[in-house]
Amino acid sequence: MPKHRVAVIGVGETVFKTKIDDKTYVELAQDAAKAALDDAGLTPTDIDAIVFSMAPTQFMGVNDVDKWAVDSIWASGKPFMRVHTGGATGGSALHAGYAHVASGMYRTVLVVGADRVTETRDAQHILNLIWDPFYEQDFALNTVTMTALSTQRYMHKYGTTEEQYARVVVRSRKNALKNPYAHLKGNITVEDVMNSPRMSWPYKLFDICPRSAGAAALVLANQEVTKERCSRPAFINGIGGTTSTVFMGDRVGPRTDAELSDEAEFVSAGKEAYADAAITNPIKQIQVVELYDPFSSVQFPQLESLGFCKRGEAQNLSDEGAFDMGGLLTVNPSGGTLCSNPIGVTGLVRVADAALQVMGKAGEGQVAGVQNALATAIGGSVQFVNCTILGADHV
Amino acid sequence: MPKQELERNENVIPGEWHVRYKYSVGKVAGKFFDGLKQKKILATYCSNCKLSFLPPRAYCERSFEPCDSWIEAGLEGVIEAATIVTAEFENLPKPPYAIAYVRLDGVSTAMINFVRGLDLSNVERAAERLTPGTRVQVLFKDAPEGRITDFHYILPPA
Repeated sequence: MPKHRVAVIGVGETVFKTKIDDKTYVELAQDAAKAALDDAGLTPTDIDAIVFSMAPTQFMGVNDVDKWAVDSIWASGKPFMRVHTGGATGGSALHAGYAHVASGMYRTVLVVGADRVTETRDAQHILNLIWDPFYEQDFALNTVTMTALSTQRYMHKYGTTEEQYARVVVRSRKNALKNPYAHLKGNITVEDVMNSPRMSWPYKLFDICPRSAGAAALVLANQEVTKERCSRPAFINGIGGTTSTVFMGDRVGPRTDAELSDEAEFVSAGKEAYADAAITNPIKQIQVVELYDPFSSVQFPQLESLGFCKRGEAQNLSDEGAFDMGGLLTVNPSGGTLCSNPIGVTGLVRVADAALQVMGKAGEGQVAGVQNALATAIGGSVQFVNCTILGADHV
Repeated sequence: MPKQELERNENVIPGEWHVRYKYSVGKVAGKFFDGLKQKKILATYCSNCKLSFLPPRAYCERSFEPCDSWIEAGLEGVIEAATIVTAEFENLPKPPYAIAYVRLDGVSTAMINFVRGLDLSNVERAAERLTPGTRVQVLFKDAPEGRITDFHYILPPA
């Protein structure tokens, strides 16, 4: 158990879009930091330590860009660290910030980052280079093809159709209409998704997230500061995370200990977070999830591994509307990663959007009566996973 | 240049990175690559867990003991996951192409490679031929060089 309770008391996000031309990278990070500080009613001098959320810097093109950002996010003179677990970075950075406060080391921590994925022409070129040059890099692995592989396996196991994934895209883009920060949004149809160009079987273009620029920041505080500054915080009641081998080929076949297509790592990560947060029946106790879902196929196995339904059931619940706004479980009211993916902060945006729901600040996209919300992130070759549970009350 | 790119270029500073590497291969990968030169696929084996690994590992990742022997993998196996890529990505092969994780006979884990020789003109139909459980064969180049690209997978001749 943590020594000190930790809460989110300030949230800052910028708009997410393909290009943000009127600012440099560090000015973008600064915008999010300022917004989160303003939301918390704090100034930079009130912050004890900074955690910087940033994945591969080859997308935006300045090597280890965290050093450039230091002054812009008012980190000079303070303890500072950068956290990087690929797509899971934002969730991991949040967990580092949580540990800083929960341990009693710091009273307040600013977790902040930014990304500009389109500064380079093809993000998938860089993503191919995350595989080793001996055995795997030569075979066109990137985040599109690697998840297409696990999706083909999942479809074979559970009989999922391409149309069922298309419905996830339709729901996400519709939800994003109510999120002023979302990159892709709109009323589209299953046919629109099915008719978009084929990319990597079974994916079509609309099954895949955009490449986004944007920034996010959260202010975390201990209970004493929270009491003074925030009348409706989002308590971080549980965290969980785990890591798998880089080799996806180890996660198939009869001897595997974490089935690739099921995103089975979320079973243990979820259990850990649920135990902290006293969640014994997730579908009854959690009202909103903000899942890390850069592809349309990533939600179903995640929901199943996290215990919201049995294996192979998520696709039917999705068809029946159970995951719509205000349904049995509202999945990604923000539109999720499918609609905005600034990679280095995407996991942080999941936590930010979940926190806004708990704090009652989600605006038009607010779901009524949110007591508990869950945020997730995934990185590497679907090998770093983490979960964060936010609650209106502390446990 | 497409119009979209011209517009973007109005207010940007261009940049490029050129970085060269020489990756040390080490003993375990070295033995594997030497095997490829003889058209053999060598896996490491942990007698403790009875697990065999491709790509080969120095240590068994379940028992945390050194893998204590090498075995020769079968040159046939089963598809565990596959996809057909029709989009063009920078620095990657011209589409279309098929890739698959294949678990070779006698080995616990699967290794990725291209599946060649399949008609990909109709993606839906080609995808039906690559479902998990489908048996494939290894085909080596005539003159292997000790690289992972010395072989690929093929569907058995009908």
